[in-house]
Order: sequence, then structure tokens, then C-alpha cells
Amino acid sequence: MRRLDSRLGISAVTLLVVVGAVLLILRVGGYDTARALHALWDGAFGNPYAVLSATLVRATPLLFVGLAVGLAFRAGVLNIGAEGQLLAGATAAVGVGLAIGGWPRLVALPLVLVAGALAGAGWAGIAAWLRLKFGVLEVISTLMLNFVAAYGVSYAVRGPLQEPTHVYPQTVELSQAVRLPALFAGQRLHLGYVIALMLAVAIWWFLARTAAGFRIRAVGAGAGAARSSGGIDAARTAMWVFVASGALAGLGGASEASGVTYALYEGISPGYGYSAIAVALLGRLHPLAIIGTSLLFGALEAGAASMQRDANVPSVLAAVVEALLVLGVLALDRARRTRKD
Amino acid sequence: MPAEFTDFLQATVRTATPLALAAYGELVVERAGVINLGLEGAIIAGAFGALVGAGAGGIGAGFALAMAAGCAAGLIVALVVLWLRANAIIAGTAVTMFALGLTGTLYRALYGSQGAALSVPTLPPMAVPGMSAIPLVGRALFDQPSVTYVLYALAIGLWWWMTRTHAGLALRATGERPAAAFAAGISPVRVQALALMFGGAMGGLAGGVLVLAQVGTFAEGMSAGRGFIAIAIVVLGRWSAPGVAAAALLFGAASQLQYVFQSLGWPVPYQLFLALPYVLTLLVLAGTQRRAASPAWLGKPLDDDAR
Repeated sequence: MRRLDSRLGISAVTLLVVVGAVLLILRVGGYDTARALHALWDGAFGNPYAVLSATLVRATPLLFVGLAVGLAFRAGVLNIGAEGQLLAGATAAVGVGLAIGGWPRLVALPLVLVAGALAGAGWAGIAAWLRLKFGVLEVISTLMLNFVAAYGVSYAVRGPLQEPTHVYPQTVELSQAVRLPALFAGQRLHLGYVIALMLAVAIWWFLARTAAGFRIRAVGAGAGAARSSGGIDAARTAMWVFVASGALAGLGGASEASGVTYALYEGISPGYGYSAIAVALLGRLHPLAIIGTSLLFGALEAGAASMQRDANVPSVLAAVVEALLVLGVLALDRARRTRKD
Repeated sequence: MPAEFTDFLQATVRTATPLALAAYGELVVERAGVINLGLEGAIIAGAFGALVGAGAGGIGAGFALAMAAGCAAGLIVALVVLWLRANAIIAGTAVTMFALGLTGTLYRALYGSQGAALSVPTLPPMAVPGMSAIPLVGRALFDQPSVTYVLYALAIGLWWWMTRTHAGLALRATGERPAAAFAAGISPVRVQALALMFGGAMGGLAGGVLVLAQVGTFAEGMSAGRGFIAIAIVVLGRWSAPGVAAAALLFGAASQLQYVFQSLGWPVPYQLFLALPYVLTLLVLAGTQRRAASPAWLGKPLDDDAR
């Protein structure tokens, strides 16, 4: 197994290349580079509010879905449906949260989170079952399910879950009992981030130190070999990893709904499930490294928003940076493989 | 009612046109064994290329630059997948993110942060004499912008090319058994690279249609998932040229039904109709996977014995 430090080394080199590319784009676009970079830094790390109410708040869902995608990819399951699983989780969490909002927090809040995880697991379970039973490529099935989930949310907030005046396409706000509490007074960062951090450590431990984790890594390295030499039921292992991956993404949706938005509406995820692929890959699918990459992406997106406000640089530049980081990692991977050969 | 129905059919064909163009590109790519998630990026690149090209040199230049931009997106995917030997799903996702971000950034840099209502000339509908007078379907099929007729010709040409020519056979062989194709003297790397460039150009053309035959301007993210819908269409069409045409029409019709219900005042939850084609695609996949309509090597990387 590759060691963590070599993985981080590769990511660092990539980072330098990408920073160069961004400076080039800023120069070509005729923007005030110094001002833009200043705004980027300020928006991401400039003061406690930037860190605790922007960067880490954005990093939270990215960490959940990054772990989800990373876990699936480790077992060779190309789950690109984290977006749909996150939406399913958010919908279930809000649905349950509205129903049991009057219950005591100690009972209600865990139930809301469990509902989100189960919904995400169930949504991924459809694709996992189709793969196991009919050999349907999960890339295609999860992509379809992303669309179905998005339309499902659209229906829910205009139908059964719509607020009582039927004016806005959203639900009413969740009650205090089913909201994830803030970690610091006056800041938006919530308990969901702590849960995500603990899950990252737990998944790392599980993959690195347990027999089941070894089986997952073996299946990811080569299903045929795992089956013939290790007696591992590769198809079944992949299915359970798929479902667990969905549960993580669903929990991410529940965390976002009960920790940030307090309601369900159509744009609740600006594509976290797709960014997750970049987050996981840049973190070399390593749960602890994904903590770092989700933080980097959270900072990028928080900084990009402030760059647009203060320096008039389009915030979609963040997507360019994210894509370049991924392409850079792919190129460096290739370079390293060639050197080894 | 017949007038409304004709309007509905005409709108269905209009909506299906860019979807079908992108889907025919993806059909060729998937027949070569690759799933190109960068198609969405090719469409938005094409839309932006169309805006720049049409602004500089009219509609023809717009379409040319649209296809060139889409082709470039396909070429990047090909380089990353075939030369860097990276996973196609990751490469495609990255290219889509890159294109969505870059077009948004350039649009604001070139045309101002407000994205002022910038309009370009559009292709008017062009009725085919005689055929557009066929009852019910005449106006729907033969009173469309000229690019729709290009699509018809392309659909038939592609079907003939894929099933009746040596080059088409080489394409399909690459998607089924690349190692066997290699042994027979075909270069799977070259076939997949050309397929990805063709698929990208078709995605670019689809983006061009959005700008130059429908909306008349560019908007950030205006591809709106059409690249992913095109992938669904190829699957629902079971990887055949006639199937893709039927599936594109179905997706087009599903998205137009909501307006029909609204005009009739029926309180039907239209989201369910929008979701229906995707559910149908999943059911078709589950029901027919055993009979192997999909290329056998679809989604798998080329092994060393195939390059």
C-alpha cells in the first residue's frame, strides 16, 4: 500500500502547477491579481468568521460525500451517484424532522440523521442491487438515479412537503430540536463537521486495520484475484460497500439539511456529489487525506465567493481550479507509474 | 386539440434535436467502449464557441467554432484516458467541470460581469415544401431549423456507416473485444480517440443548436445536464441508431408534457413525468442486460494486449 506522505507530496506538486494556471487565467482575464488573491485568502481564512462560518461549513458536506465516493472507489465501485444519495438523505431527514420536530432533541436528532443515512443507503441500494442482480453498470444507473432524485426533491417541495401557504417551493423550517447545534456561538459551523471527522477516522481504521477492510481493499485491487486466492465474495463485498457509500452521502444530506439550510428546497446541493469525485481522487481515496482535500475545496469555494464580491472575479473559477487539480493528479500518477516501470 | 397536439409534437422535435445530436456522438463513443461524461462539457464548450463564432463571423462561423470547441473537449478526454491511462469516468467528470468553469469565467471576462443580454442571430425554421403539409406530423418534422434536417441525414448515415462499412465494424469490434480488434490490425487507441473527438464535436454542435437555433444567447451552465441525458438516451436506445432517435423523442416529449398539462389546467405533478424516462431507462437496463445490447467492453480500460 502506498504511504500517506508520498500521496500528499504528489498533491502538493499538483497544487503548485494549478496555482500557476490560475495566475495565468487572472492575468489573461485582465483582473487585478493581487486584489483577487487577497479576497480569496480573506474569504477562506482571513478571520475567524471566514473559517468557522464559510470554509468549514462548505467543507462539511464535501467531507461526507468525499468519504462516500472514496470508500466506493476503493472497492472498485464507480459510484457517481453521491449527488442523488445526498438528496435522498436530505429529503428523508427533513421529512422525518418535520414529523417528529416536537420530540426531545436526544431522541429526535439521532432519528433524523439515521433517516438520512438509511435513505442514502436505500438510494444507492437500488444501483447496488441492479449491479449484483442484472450486471447493470453502476456509472449509468447512479447517473439516472441522480436525475430521479432531483425531480423527486422538486416534487416533494411542491407537493407533500411544501410549506402550508403553497407559495414557495420549499418546506417549513425544522424546529430547534432537530437542528444540529452550532459548535461556536455566533458561527455557522455545526456538529455535523465533528461527525464527519469521526467517520473519516473510523473509516481509515476500518480499512487499514480490520479483516473486512482488507477484503474491501483486495476487491478494489482486483476482483478476480480476491475471489480466487482469498476466497472473497467480490460481488457481495462490492454491494455492501456501495450501500455504505450511499449511507455516508445520505448522512451528508441530512447534516446539510439539519445543520445549515434547516429546510428542503431544490438547490440544496450545488453539485456536492460531483465535486466529491474530485475531493476523493485528490485525497488519493485515503480517508484522512480526504479531510485535507475537503478543507481545501471548502476554502476554495468560500474564497471564490468573496473573490467575486470584492474583486469581480467569477466564482466559477473555483470549478476550473478543481478540475485542473484532478487532471494534474492524473498526469502525475502516470508520470510516477512510468518511472516505476 | 389537433392544433395543440401539432404544437406539442413540434416542440418535442425541437427539444429532442440537441439531445439527439449529442446522443449520436455518444453512441459512437460508447460503441468504441468508452462512456464519456465529458459530453456535458463538450456541449457547454460548443454553446460558448457558438456565441463567440457567431459574434465574429455569423451563424456559419458559430457552428464551426461550436464543433471545434466540442471536439477539443473530446480530445482532452481522449488524451487523459488513452495517453495518461486514467479512469474515463474521472477524466470525463473533470473535463465537464473544467468546461463549465472556464466558459463561465470567460463569458464574464469577455462580456462583462452582468452578462448583458447579448443576442446572436438564430436560424429560422425552414418548412420543407410539401412534406410540412402532411397532417399531424408534417409541421413537427419538416418545419424546423435546417440543422434538424442535418440531424435526420446524420442519423441515417450513421446507421448505415456503423452497420454496413468496414470502419463501422472496426468501431464496434473495438467496443466488444479490443484485444481481438488489435490482433486483426485495428488500433483501438486510434479508434477510441477518433470516436471521442467525433462525440465531442457532436456535443459541440448540440451546444451550437441551443445558442444558434433556440435561445439566441449564452447563459452560464445552459447545457443543463443535456450531456448526461444524452448518455441516458443511448442506453434507452439500446446502443442502436434507430433506438437513439426514438429515445431522444421520448425524452423530448416528457419534458414538453409539463407545458401541455399546464395549458390544459391539469394539476398533474409534472416532475413525475420528467423523471419517468430515467426510470424507464433503468427498467430497460435491468430487463435486457442479460441479452447484452451494450458493447461488451463498455467502461473497461484498454489492456496492454490491445495497444
